[in-house]
Amino acid sequence: MAVSRQNALVPALYRVGEVYRELPDTVTLRLVPESGRRPPCAPGQFNMLYAFGVGEIAISISGEAADEGFLHTVREVGAVSTALARLAVGASVGVRGPYGTGWPAAQGADVIFVAGGLGLAPLRPAIRRVLAERRHYGRVAILFGTRHPAEMLYRQELEQWRRRLDVDVSVTVDHADTLWHGNVGVVPALIPRATFDPNNSVALVCGPEVMMRFTVSALREAGVPDERVYLSMERNMKCATGLCGHCQFGPEFICMTGPVMRFDRIASLFSTREA
Amino acid sequence: MKSLDSLLRELPFFAGLDEEHARLIAGCARNCRFEAGQYLFHEGDPADEFFLIREGRVALDVVAPGQDPIVFSTLGEGEVVGASWLVPPYRWMFDARAASPTHALGIDAACLRRKCEEDHDFGYLMMKRFLPVFVKRLHATRLQMFDVYRRG
Ligand SMILES: Cc1cc2nc3c(=O)[nH]c(=O)nc-3n(C[C@H](O)[C@H](O)[C@H](O)COP(=O)(O)OP(=O)(O)OC[C@H]3O[C@@H](n4cnc5c(N)ncnc54)[C@H](O)[C@@H]3O)c2cc1C
Repeated sequence: MAVSRQNALVPALYRVGEVYRELPDTVTLRLVPESGRRPPCAPGQFNMLYAFGVGEIAISISGEAADEGFLHTVREVGAVSTALARLAVGASVGVRGPYGTGWPAAQGADVIFVAGGLGLAPLRPAIRRVLAERRHYGRVAILFGTRHPAEMLYRQELEQWRRRLDVDVSVTVDHADTLWHGNVGVVPALIPRATFDPNNSVALVCGPEVMMRFTVSALREAGVPDERVYLSMERNMKCATGLCGHCQFGPEFICMTGPVMRFDRIASLFSTREA
Repeated sequence: MKSLDSLLRELPFFAGLDEEHARLIAGCARNCRFEAGQYLFHEGDPADEFFLIREGRVALDVVAPGQDPIVFSTLGEGEVVGASWLVPPYRWMFDARAASPTHALGIDAACLRRKCEEDHDFGYLMMKRFLPVFVKRLHATRLQMFDVYRRG
């Protein structure tokens, strides 16, 4: 949705409708507009969430709530994310957005979702969309890597997806004890084990940048052309409207042309360190 | 029942292998089956046989004294279990345990090493197949070491 620059800088008032504890340091907030309806959003977009008196940060939309609210999954890493993650039901939050490019639609193609850790949050709306309209897609693979079995985001939902017979769900952890019966190893190692037609596949990737670099290399090796690979680049940003330059990535401002970017367009910049 | 050399050539790892070479490897191979929980080999044992998984899953564990074993990798269909058979002193550096009922081809390492020595063309071909697997695992291990999913 187009957001005019003037309105784009003024947060709208939302209320915390519900808090779901996902992991010891991660919650999902259901945010409901104090008045009116929330604006439409596309899978892959993000909002700027303002914790009053503390600050404002970019957080992906991790789902559309049934009551027309937004779902946001926040991990405590610093002052603002911690303030947001500790909000109680009923608390007020400022919301600007949604901003950014969404994931491509990919109808008719095989779809490979590759998520690492919290990277599953921005992919979840895209996964839900594909599963809700399953017959419009070819094969669907969800490959998810996380640190440890006890640190698995959206575990119940992953289990539900796994029970479906029309999706290939593979989860891997970096290390585990012997009680874990699943895969151990890194998520790119799941790519050669998945079944898809590389020339008619679209890969949607989100996770820490190092993980995305290894994933891109595994996708290339599997024959997936760069222009069929999309990454969500979650580098730090401030204004989200292309004004401040904080999230500049080569000639691109991630807040304007991202966060979802087609890999062939950013390949040459991809190993650039964050300023 | 399928012959060992046709079983070998069905594995993606040996795809495109010519008949003569398949026969050479098959001469060192046997079919084996492991129940879930059964060990393929233990840390410190001589690395005299390595495995190619036909079906099932194998977990690689390391044990630190006084701690529960840590699984650092699992391998599945078509994958090679074990690299220490290639380099002296030919001893395993970890435990390999069947995580589910597993069918594998066991390859007598000394036998394959001898055939590689006797015929360097064959030996080079084998190295060209094994080396990329092990280099990829090295890269994956690096990624694992970065601990990329830890907090901010
Ligand atoms: C488009 C986009 C979508 C995002 N979606 C989510 C989301 O769904 N859930 C979520 O929890 N976080 C998400 N983030 C990251 C979130 O914006 C940062 O964690 C947040 O800015 C940290 O602010 P802070 O004040 O809590 O911590 P700070 O004090 O600013 O930072 C604490 C630590 O985290 C590191 N850090 C900060 N931002 C980032 C970043 N973007 N990437 C990697 N490391 C970072 C800092 O270097 C520092 O070490 C997203 C970021 C972007 C740009």
